[in-house]
Amino acid sequence: MSARATIAAVVLAALTAGIGLDLAASEPLNPYRAPPLIALGSGQAAGGAHCTAVPGG
Amino acid sequence: MSTATVTIGHSFGGRVLPLAGVLAAVLAVAALAGARYGLLLLIGLGFGITLEGLRFGFAGPWRAFILRREPAGLVAQLVAIGAVAAVAMPLLASHPAEMVGAHAPVGFAMVGGAFVFGACMQLVLGCGSGTLVNAGSGNAVSALALPFFAIGSFAGAYHIDWWISLGTAPPVTLSGLFGTAGGVVVTLFALAAVAMLALLVAPAHARRIPARLLLAAGALAVLALANLVVAGQPWGVVYGLGLWATKGAQAIGADLSESAFWSAPVNQARLDASILTDATSLTNIGIILGAFLVAAWRNGLSSPIPRLPALAWASAIIAGFLLGYSSRLAFGCNVGAFFSGISTGSLHGWAWFAAAFVGSCYGIRLRPVLKLEPRQ
Repeated sequence: MSARATIAAVVLAALTAGIGLDLAASEPLNPYRAPPLIALGSGQAAGGAHCTAVPGG
Repeated sequence: MSTATVTIGHSFGGRVLPLAGVLAAVLAVAALAGARYGLLLLIGLGFGITLEGLRFGFAGPWRAFILRREPAGLVAQLVAIGAVAAVAMPLLASHPAEMVGAHAPVGFAMVGGAFVFGACMQLVLGCGSGTLVNAGSGNAVSALALPFFAIGSFAGAYHIDWWISLGTAPPVTLSGLFGTAGGVVVTLFALAAVAMLALLVAPAHARRIPARLLLAAGALAVLALANLVVAGQPWGVVYGLGLWATKGAQAIGADLSESAFWSAPVNQARLDASILTDATSLTNIGIILGAFLVAAWRNGLSSPIPRLPALAWASAIIAGFLLGYSSRLAFGCNVGAFFSGISTGSLHGWAWFAAAFVGSCYGIRLRPVLKLEPRQ
């Protein structure tokens, strides 16, 4: 395996491990409580968890 | 074993298997978390494939323009932003309850943050999206910078209320100033003016925009609009990275109650839920996977690690941290502030563009000093 492939493999392994740890520590996934497929036309407000968010905004 | 057998074997193991694995992950997320989340992962995958496959970037084209007056990549960015703006701003105006733009205030820390981000993205030659793409395709500098980018984003958000208190104006949008149609026209005019200026100062032989970049600009515009329509918010990168590091900090016992940002209800809800239900996290994961797929498809994972001195590696770590920290103060990176801010009519996107561009000029000068490239 080349050096660059090794680094990509490490990145993917770290990502997979991080997702696994997150799933273990977070609220269980529940597809039946998921929002509609598309926000547009759903009548539901956007969450607001975005890079431009300000505290209390 | 015949050559044909080896080729088929390599093609299957190196190309088909990674694609099948990634598509299985998309289906698994859709089935276990919800269809919207699977779709957002797929959109992120599209971003990653487009950025890596068509070699569309932000830091590199800015460097090419500053050093050699080559405008192609910069103009392609402006084309993509304009295409999104023409659709996104009317959509946001007609569906204000369901969708939000990347709107944020201009302030001292915001401008300073954009300046530092511009400098640091030239040091590691990777912006918000670029660091994800490069890490996914096996770039050692970006792979090292990425975790520190996430930690910096956590820390910047932790302190953001103090930075905002230094002096911040209310958020201003071009739609608010000129109406929806007027905001679109002013945005497109301003983007065209920057593009014309870039083309005007370019050498004659460099004025042609390659079809590859225009194709990428179109694909990114479609994907960014899909992100807005599906998630109800524009494409972003930094929030997701900060969320990952904050979850890590929380897991080892960090007290987040002192942070106005991370203790806010919307962010507490994100911290309690899985990252597989967070729009920005999902597109970030998709970008990494998409870039990996393209690199695997074109055998781009075979080049060696660059031989850099310790100073360069230390610089990549510090620059990674500063990329995350500064982009929180700047209310976004090249994606959340520049691309999505301008395309949804936020004045802070333009302030970010100007400040980050000046910062990039300094970052380019600093790169050889920090041994990240040979001195000219």
